[in-house]
Amino acid sequence: MNRVLPIRFMAGRFLDLLIVLFGVSVIVFMMIRLIPGDAVAIMLGANTEITPERIAELESRIGLDKPIVVQYFDWITGILQGDLGTSIWTGRPVAKEIMANIWPTLELTFLSVLFGAGLAVPIGCFMAEARGKTAEVLVRVMAIAGLTIPSFWLGIVLIFLLAKLLPGAAMLGYVPFTEDPLGNLQRMILPVFALSLPMLANLSRLVRSAMLDALGQDYVRTAKSKGAGRFRVVYWHALRNALIPFITSVGVATGYLLGGAIVVEQVFAIPGLGQLVLGAISERNYPLVQSSILVLTFTFVMVNFVVDILYAIIDPRVAQR
Amino acid sequence: MMRALRQDKLLLFATIFVAAQVVLAILAPIVGGDPIEQVIMARMKGPSFEYLLGTDQLGRDILARILFGYRTSLITCGLAVLLALVVGGSLGMLAAFYRGWFDRIVMRFMDVLFAFPIILLAIGIIAVLGPHALSASVAIAVVYIPIFARLLRGPSLVICESEYVRGARAIGASDLRIVFRHLLPNLSSVILVQASLLLSAAILVEASLSFLGLGAQPPTPSLGQMLSEGRNFLLLNPWPAIFSGLAILFLSLGFNLLGDALRDSLDPRLRKNSGI
Repeated sequence: MNRVLPIRFMAGRFLDLLIVLFGVSVIVFMMIRLIPGDAVAIMLGANTEITPERIAELESRIGLDKPIVVQYFDWITGILQGDLGTSIWTGRPVAKEIMANIWPTLELTFLSVLFGAGLAVPIGCFMAEARGKTAEVLVRVMAIAGLTIPSFWLGIVLIFLLAKLLPGAAMLGYVPFTEDPLGNLQRMILPVFALSLPMLANLSRLVRSAMLDALGQDYVRTAKSKGAGRFRVVYWHALRNALIPFITSVGVATGYLLGGAIVVEQVFAIPGLGQLVLGAISERNYPLVQSSILVLTFTFVMVNFVVDILYAIIDPRVAQR
Repeated sequence: MMRALRQDKLLLFATIFVAAQVVLAILAPIVGGDPIEQVIMARMKGPSFEYLLGTDQLGRDILARILFGYRTSLITCGLAVLLALVVGGSLGMLAAFYRGWFDRIVMRFMDVLFAFPIILLAIGIIAVLGPHALSASVAIAVVYIPIFARLLRGPSLVICESEYVRGARAIGASDLRIVFRHLLPNLSSVILVQASLLLSAAILVEASLSFLGLGAQPPTPSLGQMLSEGRNFLLLNPWPAIFSGLAILFLSLGFNLLGDALRDSLDPRLRKNSGI
């Protein structure tokens, strides 16, 4: 496993990363400027009288009176220094509002990835090994259904069932892990299950087909003929190779989960970024919407960057292409 | 096509399953009745002979609302996938056709769009356009444009290098003729399969958006919005939430199975160890 990572591959990926981050920032920056009608008048809200002075005041506060390239430059330098602007309504720094709301979303996403990806491996291996048996067909049908179950609906059904079966169980809302670790995890069980099921279904199908592929390869036959045990063949020889496409998919699935988390948060009344963004949209608090989208997308891009690098470490052929 | 249907039981089942739901959506006013009429005396009723799926908190017929919700879903998502196919597919094919800097710039831009988490990009676009069914369509379309572009670029590259395209070019066929006579027909099965699978995913995205109040606005019935309303009265009357969720599930499942079955039946190489 001791090999030197090709510098050229890493540099290339890093350049890709910079280009994508730049593109994302330009799109997010432009969003606010594409709002039809006078965005500034909208941002002033319905309750205040709209006067030219007020508009000019707000315009210079956001910097809308400068040329667009300068605006972008000011905005992005601010962001790189951790200044995401001020929330129009509360006057608090956007960065603070986001930090106050980001942990539940990140925790929900992280636990869901852990649960979904973690369980997908043994389930996928089981499906590949027991191919065609009744139990396996059953699991496979469940996987297809799991793929199209809307997670927010599953969440609602779970709340309903639990409210009937275990009245009084705490399952809504959020307590920080640092304050009450058990209460935190207890409230995470249902949302994590609801959110990760489609991913679990998708990934276990992927592991299954990758395993079927791997189990048919020559090196697996060789391992078997050398007398390696079933466990060693499946989990050491075949699985290691089957995991390669799996890792890329985990990266992509993280993006779905980040988005899905926003919806599932609404179901379970979790005060995460979803609540912040949706509140901001209805208040027309565009800087807050803009920054939240930027922060989450950057997170997602970084996750995929790390996945790409991991991919190259596990499978050196990738870097040689 | 007909022979494929007879041979492939899954394809047959998926086709019937999808067709039944589409027909019900088309016939919604006849089969379902009025989705907006409120019968105050019959609020929050469970399923009965009068109201097959019961009524909601305002005494509206859930069956009628679901069938009209199917319409909203199918129109919004159909439009979105069509738009994404036309824009994204064209970009992908043209990128493969012209190569060079055009290819590089287009595909870079697709990479950037693809970098956004789907729901998040859709929410951003709706924040700009305002919450509306049409905004949801546009948002989903933008999200799917890079998927179609990437999907069609690969096979287009191969086809553009093939003997018959070279031959066509040698006898002086125009660019347009090559794209429409040679490229497009050869991509039709990829397009058909992917459109069906993406439609299945789009239905879930649309439902999520309207669940968040960012899709079709009342009084237009939509499945996500029904689910979100039903959630507020969950313990008093769980039926609206249960049935609207099942409707989303069936619609999405139908197109997913159809896409899967189409892929298996159109690509014989996949048949021996296909997913289902």
